[in-house]
Formats: sequence, structure tokens, C-alpha cells
Amino acid sequence: MLFGRVHGTAVCTIKYPGIEGIKLLVVQPLNKYLEPIGSLQVACDTVDAGIGDICVMTRSREAALAMPEIQFVPVDLALVGIVNELDVRPHEDFDYTLPNGESEFS
Amino acid sequence: MIIGKVVGTVVTTISHPHYEKRRLLVVQPMVGEGDKDDPDFIAVDHANAGVGDTVLVNREGNGARQVLELPGGSIISVIVGIIDSVKIEQ
Repeated sequence: MLFGRVHGTAVCTIKYPGIEGIKLLVVQPLNKYLEPIGSLQVACDTVDAGIGDICVMTRSREAALAMPEIQFVPVDLALVGIVNELDVRPHEDFDYTLPNGESEFS
Repeated sequence: MIIGKVVGTVVTTISHPHYEKRRLLVVQPMVGEGDKDDPDFIAVDHANAGVGDTVLVNREGNGARQVLELPGGSIISVIVGIIDSVKIEQ
């Protein structure tokens, strides 16, 4: 699951059966500091997000499962939440490497 | 499953029904010495983890559906344990 910012909408008149009526949004995937990573992608909306919203998105098969009626639909990115509040520690606060030997974390 | 560190919390008031009343945490995967950083991701908490904890994360949809007892759930990443210690040889 990852963050994304809604940049626009995509309209599609002819769609695969099963995803008619589902809003398509153009989103920019973001990292934890909300900086863009990669290129723009199209996601299916399940939470009525609008342009400018920061969202939580889910990928792969689980994106298709997020659609209102569970079925096999060609969807690989879905918006599942609108972020109200985000609290992230800076990268320097923790040690992210696993050194050789015994490491205690508790 | 991977080892990661919890680095943040996410609050979503409007969310998909599968995500309602679940805590979302930002997780940074831990990497071996000299390896490139992996991108961070969001995971659903199922082990009462907090910021700063080293956690075990299941990043696969079928496992997540079993853990959360949510058939047809749209959740991929679930925190399933808090790690006390790790031993890496060589």
C-alpha cells in the first residue's frame, strides 16, 4: 500500500464490464515525505476523492477486490482512503540497516 | 514476510469499508549492510505496534485476508509481529 496525490480525472466511455460507473483518477505515487516517485498512474476511486487529495492506494489483485462488487475486473490500483493526518519521523531518526551478528530491538 | 521499522502513523477518516477501524502505519523496510534502501509503504497494524518498533510485515494479499479474517479483503500489507532480536551470520 502506498500514498498518492490526485492530479486529475480520466474519463472512459467504453469500459470493461464490471467497472462501469467507477471514477478513474490520475494519481502521482508519493513516498512517506509526500515527494513524487515514478510517473503518473490511473487509479479507480472507492472513497470519492477529489483533485489535490492525498490518498492511500492499494495495488495488484487487492485493488480489484476493493471495487464495490467483488469480481474479476481489470484494475490494479485503487484508492482506499483519504489521508487527514500524517506523522512521519525523519529518515535520520532510526537505523534501517541489519548488521551482521546479534541485534536487539526490544 | 519482511523486517521493517515503523516510522509514522496515518489517519484516514474516509476510507474503504475494509480499512475502517484499522490503524495504518508507515513502514520502512530494513535492509542488509551495504544494500540499497527499499521504498517505504503503508501497512495495517495487527500487532499493536508503535512508531520506532521493529516489526514483521506480511506483504501478500492472501495471508493478509487470513490474518484479518476478511475474505475478499483489499488489504495487502499487515504487521503480524513485533521483533525482539535478529541474528544474522556471515
